Formats: sequence, C-alpha cells, structure tokens
Amino acid sequence: VVPLSLSRLRPASQAVAVSSVNPLPKQVKIVEVGPRDGLQNEKLTVPTEVKLQFIDMLSETGLPVIEATSFVSPKWIPQMADQAEVTQGIRKRPGVVYPVLAPNLKGFQAAVKAGADEVAIFSTVSELFAMKNANCSVEESLQRAEEVTRAAKAAGVRVRGYVSCVLGCPYEGHVSPDKVAQMAKHIYAMGCYEISLGDTIGVGTPGSMRAMLDAVSKEVPVDRLAVHCHDTYGQALANILVALQMGVSVVDSSVAGLGGCPYAPGASGNVATEDLVYMLHGLGIHTGVDLQKVMDAGAFICRFLNRRTSSKVAQASCRL
Amino acid sequence: MGNVPAALKHCLSYEQLTRDYPWLAAWLQREKRNAITDLPKFVKIVEVGPRDGLQNEKEIVPTDVKIQFIDLLSKTGLPAIEATSFVSSKWVPQMADHTDVLQGIHRAPQVKYPVLTPNLRGFRTAIAAGATEVAVFGSASETFSRKNINCSIEESMQRFEEVVRAAKELQIPVRGYVSCVLGCPYEGDIEPSKVTKVVKTLYGMGCYEISLGDTIGVGTPGSMARLLDSVKKEVPMSTLAVHCHDTYGQALANILVALQMGVSVVDSSVAGLGGCPYAKGASGNVSTEDVLYMLHGLGVETGVDLSKVMEAGDFICKALNRKTNSKVAQAKCRL
Repeated sequence: VVPLSLSRLRPASQAVAVSSVNPLPKQVKIVEVGPRDGLQNEKLTVPTEVKLQFIDMLSETGLPVIEATSFVSPKWIPQMADQAEVTQGIRKRPGVVYPVLAPNLKGFQAAVKAGADEVAIFSTVSELFAMKNANCSVEESLQRAEEVTRAAKAAGVRVRGYVSCVLGCPYEGHVSPDKVAQMAKHIYAMGCYEISLGDTIGVGTPGSMRAMLDAVSKEVPVDRLAVHCHDTYGQALANILVALQMGVSVVDSSVAGLGGCPYAPGASGNVATEDLVYMLHGLGIHTGVDLQKVMDAGAFICRFLNRRTSSKVAQASCRL
Repeated sequence: MGNVPAALKHCLSYEQLTRDYPWLAAWLQREKRNAITDLPKFVKIVEVGPRDGLQNEKEIVPTDVKIQFIDLLSKTGLPAIEATSFVSSKWVPQMADHTDVLQGIHRAPQVKYPVLTPNLRGFRTAIAAGATEVAVFGSASETFSRKNINCSIEESMQRFEEVVRAAKELQIPVRGYVSCVLGCPYEGDIEPSKVTKVVKTLYGMGCYEISLGDTIGVGTPGSMARLLDSVKKEVPMSTLAVHCHDTYGQALANILVALQMGVSVVDSSVAGLGGCPYAKGASGNVSTEDVLYMLHGLGVETGVDLSKVMEAGDFICKALNRKTNSKVAQAKCRL
C-alpha cells in the first residue's frame, strides 16, 4: 500500500506539469520536415534556388534538425529530383542536422556522395501501404532498410527510422499497436538512433496515441521515440500533447503545415511547426526555436507556392 | 547525501526514491498513463453555432435558413443548442430575428435551447418569446467588458443579478459565461485569480453552469491547467464548461487537458462557424465535428451523431457560401 501523498511527488528533474501526475519534458527537439515531407506533397514543384533559400531561412530559426530532401527516384517523386543539388547547396549551420531520406542502397550511396551525413529510412506495418507507396512488400522494404543501415554503419552515418501508418492505414484501416511495436523494435535493433512514429493519415486520437505508445515504449526506450502527427482530422496537437505526457520529447512538424494529404483531397497533412512551437512555449517547454523566424520562412515558401499557410498561428498573426 | 534520514533523502530526490523502491517508479508510471486517459465517461456538448457562430459571420443568414439549420442540429443528438441572442439588434444585427427564430424552431424533446440575455429587458423579451433557459455573459477583463458590453465588470454583475433573480422566480435555469479567461485582446495575460473571482460571483448568484471562454484562443494546455487549478478551488469541476477558440490551433489540446482535469462540458460550433473579430482572417470557435472525433476516439460518450453534425455543417456553409473550418469535414470532403 502506497501512501496517497507519494502520488503527488513531482520528479525534481522534470518541470511543467499540466496536471499533478503528468510532468512534461523540459525540452523538446523539433524535427522540421517541411523541405522534404512538406514540399514532396505539394502540387507545385519548387525550383532548387527557392528550396535552398527556404532551407537557409529555416537554418536561422534555431530548429535543430531540418530534413532537407529525399534520395528517391525522380521517376516516383519529381519534386525531389534536385536532391543532390539541394544537399550540396544548403549552407549548413553548425549545430544543425540535415538528414535526407534514403529508401535503398542506391539512394544512400547517392546521398553520401552528395555530402549527406545523416539519413532516414522508412518502414510500415501495412502490406498494402508498402505496396502502394514503395512498390514492394514490407519484407522487401525491411531488406532495403537493412542494406542502408549496414552501409551507414560502415560509413559512420547516423540513421533515423520512420514507421508510417502507426495509428491507421488508408487501405487496411485499423493498425495493431503490437505490430507497430514489433516494427519499431526491429528497426531500432537494425541501428536507427531514433524512431519516428507517423500517423500518416492523421486519423489517430489521444486514445489511440496512448495505446500505441504504451506498446512501443515497452520495446524501444521512450527517449528514442519521436511522433510525426498529421493534422488531417485536427487531432495533431492533442495527440502530441499526450505523447509528451508519456515521455516523448522529439516531435516532427512542417513549417506552414506544408504538405497536403494525398489520401484525402483538400485535406491538410503535416502539423504546422508554428502551431507546435506556440503550444510548447505556452507549456514552458524549451525548443530553442524562434517562432517569428519560423513564420518568416513559412510566409516565404507560401508566397512562392501561391498558397495560404495551414498554420493557425500564422493566420492569426496575419501571416497568411 | 551522507548522514541524512532516508525519508528526507526521498523527499529531496525522486531519483533516490525510485532507486530505493524500484516498484514505485513502475506504479507511478502506470498512474501517469491512467491519468492521461482517465477521462469523464460522458461529455455534454453545448452547440453554439447558431448563436456565437452566426453572430460572428460576415453574412447575415435569413430567419428561415437559421430555423432549418437549428432543426438539423436538433436531430443530431446534441443535448444543448444555443439558439439566439436577445441583445439589441443595434449592436448585433445578425441576431435581430431572435423572437422569430425561437418561436420558429421545432424543439426536440430532451434538447435545451438556451438564449443569451444580457439584461433584464432582453430576459423579458426572451421569456415572452418562449425561452426556457438563458445565459449571461461576463468578462474577466475590465477593458473587454467596457468595450464589449459598455460597462464595468461590477456593473455587468449587477445586471446579471437582476436577470438571475427574475429567472429564479420563473424557475428558468441560467448559464454563466466568462470571457477572456486565458487572455484579453486589450489587456494581454489575465490572472487566473481574476477569472476565479468572476466565476465565483456568477456561481454564487445562481448560475448552474459556468462556461470559461478563451475568447481569442491564445490559451495553451499550460495556461488552461493553471486556470482550472485556480477555479476548481472555488466551484465544483462539475459546474464548469470550456469554450475554446481555435485561433492559434490550440483548442483540442486545451480541451483535452480540461477533460483530464475533470471538466465534462465542452462548447463548440458546427463547422467552426464564427471567425475571430480580433484577428482578421483567423478562425474562431472550435469545430464540433473535430471535438466529436476526438471524444469518440477517446471512447467518451456524447450521444451525438457525427455524420448528422457534418450534414448540418454542410448545409450552413452552403448558405453562407464559405468553406467549413472543420478538419474532419474537410478530410471527409465535406468542404
């Protein structure tokens, strides 16, 4: 029997509770995916110089990680055809990491040749999604990932792992938290230093987020986990909040909420970095990010893309 | 820590405590996880689209369209639908047809149709028109009170007292609203104690429920938690509702925290009707559809049919010639 008073203990090393039982991380690392996940899903293809200017602006904001591009075949993703030029052209700010996607060994080799020092691999628990998205089975996609991680280890390059469809699949519907946990465990064991759990179609709610993280955190230490929430159903910030309450301290987001959802025409996709930063700062959580500068970068890219920002903070601040 | 009694060591260092009692960390972790989704089993949704929503839309909606809109909402299972406002049409022309609306709607049994009554005169007109529940609007910010209803907080409380007294005589329940609870467009940050004072006054007067409004949507889960921590010391959690604006995209996260702290009444507006008059181009009310999606995903009962709410949202957006603000509606291509 535990004395009731003990349950009111607040760990001295953690700050900022939103309730007495759920202290939040003091610090959150934001992984900016706008230049990759964002632009990849925009209708307009952005010229290389604009991409470079965009990434350079983001480099000034304090964002610690900026996903620059994707070494995927331009046949599949024409928006990322200038992958090598982008990787070589960005002015890398010291202290900032610029991972690039490397879906297979060929992509990895091209990435390293272009000067990439960190890569990311993609996995999914859904067979149908793997087939439709990467034109192979889950098994094959894992083999490709294995090749990349092995080569990366040899080259001293860090690898981040993504798991997509963690809270639901556009083809298969419900996704079992245990399957997600097993996949996360698998790619963690392969050598990924961080696993980003993606609610690819944004169907998750705080309930399903909690259940999924419960399962995954039993297999992978929670400080190695990130959440990548889509705001397609408006649930992203609530889902992120629950993830923070469960100890996650790395969050992916996209400036201006770039990147619609290819599975629901007209719907939104990535959660907006501005809205995330607003919430985190309001919670007293340190991010190192300058919200104003992020809004500047958002305004810049939206002007170019000739679209309105998807960020509510930017809209409210009249940065349409 | 040397020669310090174990009990003191444990008070000073959580790490020491969990080292000495490893089972405790696991127990606390479990408690933590439960608290995240230890939510009310049922949440009452108060639909404010026809009043707060339409009041803040640029287009004025004809009376018959309003009536049709409310009748659609009456079929969704929503337990409370704020129908209109008995405020002077000089100030709020969108609500000029208040009597016709109230008399024209088909009231579903089990559904409440509260109306705003800012003063005794409005109250009397509302009663004459058949109102069976009313609401009064106070503010936690002096400046907002003066700019919005042209009087001080003190004076507004006196007006409400008259309304509540008259309502009590007729056994009409009164709901209280407090605006600017997490920030004011003129005064900036608002001290939770100021909000608590107003809430306590309204509750003491006889309001059966107090809706805490983040009028400009600046609140975050942090400020929401701090506010509720203060208010719950003076009034029972069961009397509180949250009325979150989504101007900065924080509404659902703020609502979630409120639920985690025991609030079980949430105001929302179908299709997220009602922009923010203080931030041009910005959104206002949180969308009922998005709230329902979250609550149902959490296993919380509401009694509301999401698809019927989307139909009502569809209808009113067509009438207003505007896109829905609800992300759920957008995702399901009900633009």
